[in-house]
Amino acid sequence: MSAITADLISLHQLSADEYAKIVSILGREPSYTELGIFSVMWSEHCSYKSSRLHLKKLPTRGKCVVQGPGENAGIIDIGSGYVIAFKIESHNHPSFIEPFQGAATGVGGILRDIFTMGARPIAVMDAIRFGPIDDGLAPPETVARNRRIVEGVVGGIAHYGNCFGVPTVGGECVFEDGYSGNPLVNVFALGIAKKDEIFYASASGIGNPVIYVGAKTGRDGIHGASMASAEFTEESKQKRPNVQVGDPFLEKLLLEACIEAMRTGAIVGIQDMGAAGLTCSTCEMGSRGSTGIEIELDRMPQRETGMTPYEIMLSESQERMLLVADKGREEEVFKVFRKWGLDAVTVGSVTGDGKLRVRHHGEIVAEIPNRELADSAPLYDRPHTQPLRRAPMNAPEFQSRDLAGDLEALLGSADLCSKRWIWEQYDYLVRANTLATTGCDAAIVRIPETGTSIAMSLDGNGRYCYLSPREGARLIVAECCRNLSTAGAEPAAATNNLNFGNPERPEIMAQLVEAIEGIAEACVHFETPITGGNVSLYNETLGEGIYPTPVMGIVGLRKTAPPVTIDFKKADRTVMLVGGLGNCDPVRFGGTQYAKVIVGDLWGLPPALDMDYEKRTQAAIREIVNSGLAESAHDVSDGGLAIALAECSFGAAGVGAALDLNSDLRPEFLLFHEGPSRILISTEAPEKVAAIARRHNVEAPAIGVTIEKELRISNRGTELLRKPVDALQRIFEQAFGKKLRR
Amino acid sequence: MKFGVIVFPGSNRDHDAWYAASHNLGQKAEFIWHDADTLGDVDAVILPGGFSYGDYLRCGAIAKFSRVMGAVKRFSADGGLVIGICNGFQILVEAGLLPGALVRNRELKFVCRHVRMRTETTDSPFTNAAHKGQILRVPVAHGEGCYVADEKTLDELEAEDRVAFRYLDNPNGSLRDIAGILNKQRNVLGLMPHPEDATEPLQGSTDGMVIFQSMVAAAAVRA
Repeated sequence: MSAITADLISLHQLSADEYAKIVSILGREPSYTELGIFSVMWSEHCSYKSSRLHLKKLPTRGKCVVQGPGENAGIIDIGSGYVIAFKIESHNHPSFIEPFQGAATGVGGILRDIFTMGARPIAVMDAIRFGPIDDGLAPPETVARNRRIVEGVVGGIAHYGNCFGVPTVGGECVFEDGYSGNPLVNVFALGIAKKDEIFYASASGIGNPVIYVGAKTGRDGIHGASMASAEFTEESKQKRPNVQVGDPFLEKLLLEACIEAMRTGAIVGIQDMGAAGLTCSTCEMGSRGSTGIEIELDRMPQRETGMTPYEIMLSESQERMLLVADKGREEEVFKVFRKWGLDAVTVGSVTGDGKLRVRHHGEIVAEIPNRELADSAPLYDRPHTQPLRRAPMNAPEFQSRDLAGDLEALLGSADLCSKRWIWEQYDYLVRANTLATTGCDAAIVRIPETGTSIAMSLDGNGRYCYLSPREGARLIVAECCRNLSTAGAEPAAATNNLNFGNPERPEIMAQLVEAIEGIAEACVHFETPITGGNVSLYNETLGEGIYPTPVMGIVGLRKTAPPVTIDFKKADRTVMLVGGLGNCDPVRFGGTQYAKVIVGDLWGLPPALDMDYEKRTQAAIREIVNSGLAESAHDVSDGGLAIALAECSFGAAGVGAALDLNSDLRPEFLLFHEGPSRILISTEAPEKVAAIARRHNVEAPAIGVTIEKELRISNRGTELLRKPVDALQRIFEQAFGKKLRR
Repeated sequence: MKFGVIVFPGSNRDHDAWYAASHNLGQKAEFIWHDADTLGDVDAVILPGGFSYGDYLRCGAIAKFSRVMGAVKRFSADGGLVIGICNGFQILVEAGLLPGALVRNRELKFVCRHVRMRTETTDSPFTNAAHKGQILRVPVAHGEGCYVADEKTLDELEAEDRVAFRYLDNPNGSLRDIAGILNKQRNVLGLMPHPEDATEPLQGSTDGMVIFQSMVAAAAVRA
C-alpha cells in the first residue's frame, strides 16, 4: 500500500483541508484505496461542493412533485396512477476528449438514472454546443476539429439512443467560440412508471444481499468524475482512457431485466453505477438507508485480471447496476438476469454499522462511514464578485443595407439554420408514441395508458447569460414555459444543467450564483419546481472558458390531441402576434442573433422580460391552442419575428405570409429583436383569438395574412423585405450540411 | 387473427408492432421469446425492428441462429405469413428466407424520416387490400437499409413480380429503389420502412394499415 504523500493528495485533487477532514472522519490516515474513494465522492462532479449552498435557493416543492432533488431523477405525478421521472445530465468533458463515446455514454448514464427508479425511458433530448464550424470564424484547424466533434457527438447520441430504443425527440444546437475547447453535451431523459412501482436508491434491511448486475468491471473510466472537475490542459488528451465505452445493446438488456426483476417484488433498492461507479452506488445507498454495506471485491465480475481494489472501486465501466434484494429471494432476481444473459452476483450485504466496508481477498481495504463519505463533503461558499463580462454596454453604429439579405444570412447561420442533418440521425419515432418533434415548439410524447401527453422543452442561451446571468436565466425558463404553452401544455416541473467555468474564479462564481438566483425567481413565478439536475463546472481549456450556460429542461402536461404545429397550413388566414410586437432599444438588441451574425458583435443586455406579462401571454396561447383556434403556432425567439415567420412558411404547404406592421421601431429591431412573450399564429377566427387575448389582458394584433409561396413584410405601407419562400427554405435546409462539408 | 411478435434480445420496435396489431388493428397479438421452439397458434409472425443481439458482427447475422428462427422457417415453409420489418428484414435476408443483402446507407448515416413508397404488386397476402400503384407514406429508421443483390437476382425479383414496394424518394441508396420484397411463395415479406408506426392519425399517417389489413384478409381466406 502506497504511503499517502502530499503529492498523492494533490494528484487526487484534494486540498490540505479536505485531507485533514478525511483523517478526522476516519480517526487515522486513509489507505490508498480510501483516498481514491474520498477523492471521487468529494469531487465537484459528485459532491456539488461549490454549488450546493446556492442550489438550496431553487424551489423544489409543488403539488405534483413526488420526488425532488437528491435521487437519481426527479419524479412528478401525472394522474391516473402514473408518474414521470426525468433529469438532465452533462457529459461535457468526455465529449471533448472522445466525442463519439463521450456523448454515447452520456446518453447511457442518464437513461440508467431513469430506469433505476423503475421508470421506462420514453424520450431523450439533447442540448449540444460547439465551437464555430464556419470557415473564417476560427482558425482552420479549430474549425476542422469542431466539425469532427459535431459529427462524433451526434453520431454517439444516435448510436446509443437508437439501439437502446428510446426516441430522441428534440433539443438544441448552438455554436460559440468559447465552446471550441469545451463542447457541451447535456442529455435530458424522461421515463414513465406506475406511481406505486417507484424504486429508490436506498439500502435497507440488515443482512439483505447486495447484488451486482450488468456488465463486467474493467479499468475504463477510472477517475472520470475527477476529470470532470478540473480544467483542461494540453495533457488532457492523454486522459482519453478515462472516457468509457458504451454498449447500448447491453443497456437495453439491463433495462428489460431490471424492470422485470422489479416486478418480482424481491428488490428493496437499486442504483446505477455511473460517475464514481461502485464507490458512489454503495455509499449513497447506505447513506440513504442509514445502513452499512460490506462488499467482497473478489466476487465482482471483472473484465480484466489483476485489478486492484482502487481500480475496482473507481472504475466507471458502463451498464452496471447495484441492487439490494430481500434475503432469501435472490434466486428470483438471478432467474430474470439469467434470462436476459446478464451477470448477477451477490457481492456483499447490508450491515447495521453505517460503514462502507470493502474487502479484497478477505482483507479489509477500506472502511468508511457512509453518511460522512456521501453527504459530508466540504461545502464551499466560494467568493463571488461581479460576473465576468467583457462586452460593452452601448451599441456600436450599425445600419442594414439589405434587410432581405440579412434574413438570408441569418437563416443560413449555424445557430438558426435547419438541424435536419442532426435530428434525422436520431430515431425519434420508436415506441410509436411521438406526436411532435421539430415541427412543434415543444416535443410531445403521448402516454397511451393515461390519455395524457408529455410536452418537453430544452433551452439555454449563453449570450444572454453572459450579458446578465440573472436576466438570461429568467429568459430561459420563460422560453421553455412559452414553448410548452405554445404546444398547448401546462408547464409542470423542471430540471436544470448548470454549465460554467472555474468556480474558484470569483467572477465565474458570480455568474453561477446569479444564474441560479435567476432560475429560482423564474421557476417560482412560472410554478415549475426544480426536481433535480446537474452542475458541470471547470468548463475551461487553457484558461478559455465558456459563456455561462444554464440549460433548462421543463416538462408540461396536455390532454392527448393532435399537436398544433409551427407551419402555416393554408393561404388567406389571419396572422396574429399573441403578446404583441414587443419593444427593444439599442442596449437590449446586443444579445440577439442579428448582433452576432450581421453586426458581428455582442453588447448591452438581453431582451427585457416582464414575467407577469409573459405568464398572461402563456395562459392566453394555451387557451387559444386548446380551443382549436390556431391552425399554426410558433413562438418568436432566436432571430426574432422575421426568422419565426420564415420558419412558419417552411411547411409542406409552402404557404408564406404578407405582413404590414405598425411600429415605431427601426426596421432591424422590428424584424429581428428577440423580445419574449410573443407567439405567431395563423387562424380562421381572429375575433375569437382577440377576445381570449383581451380576457388575459394581452395584446394580439392581427399583423397580416398567409399567402401562397411568398414572404412579404412592410411597416406602415413601406416594404421592408420580399422573398420567395422556396429560395429561403433552400438556404435554411442546406446550410448545415455545407458547413460540415457533408 | 393472432399475430406473434418475435422478441430477440435487442428488438426495440416489438412494442410498436404489438401495439399496431392489437390496438390499431384490433387483432390478437402476443410476444414470442427468441428461444421458443414453436410459434404456438399464431396466424402470422412479425420480426420487428431493433438491434437484435446488438447488430454485432452484421445486422441479423446472429439472430438467424436463434432457436425461434427454426420455428419461423418451418412456419413459412408451411405457408404461414411472415413479415420482417427493418431489423426483421435484415434477419430474413441473413436467414436465407429472402434473397439479397442490406448494407450501410449510401450516406453512411442513420436516417429517420417519412418516405413515400409505391405498392408494386397487389398479388400478395401483404398487399391484397391495396391498389396497384398506391403510394404509402411511412417512416424509415435505419442505418443499414440499402438493399443490394446481383443483377440476375434483381431481374428475377422483377420478372416474378416480387418487388412489393419501391421508394419514390430513396433514402438509403437501395438498388432499383427497392423498399420491400417477397419470397418465391409470396408468403414472406421483408421491408425496411415501418408500416406499424403509421397506423393511426396521431402518428401522422395511417398508410401502414393496408399492409396489416391485407394480412388479416389473407389469413381469413387461408383459414
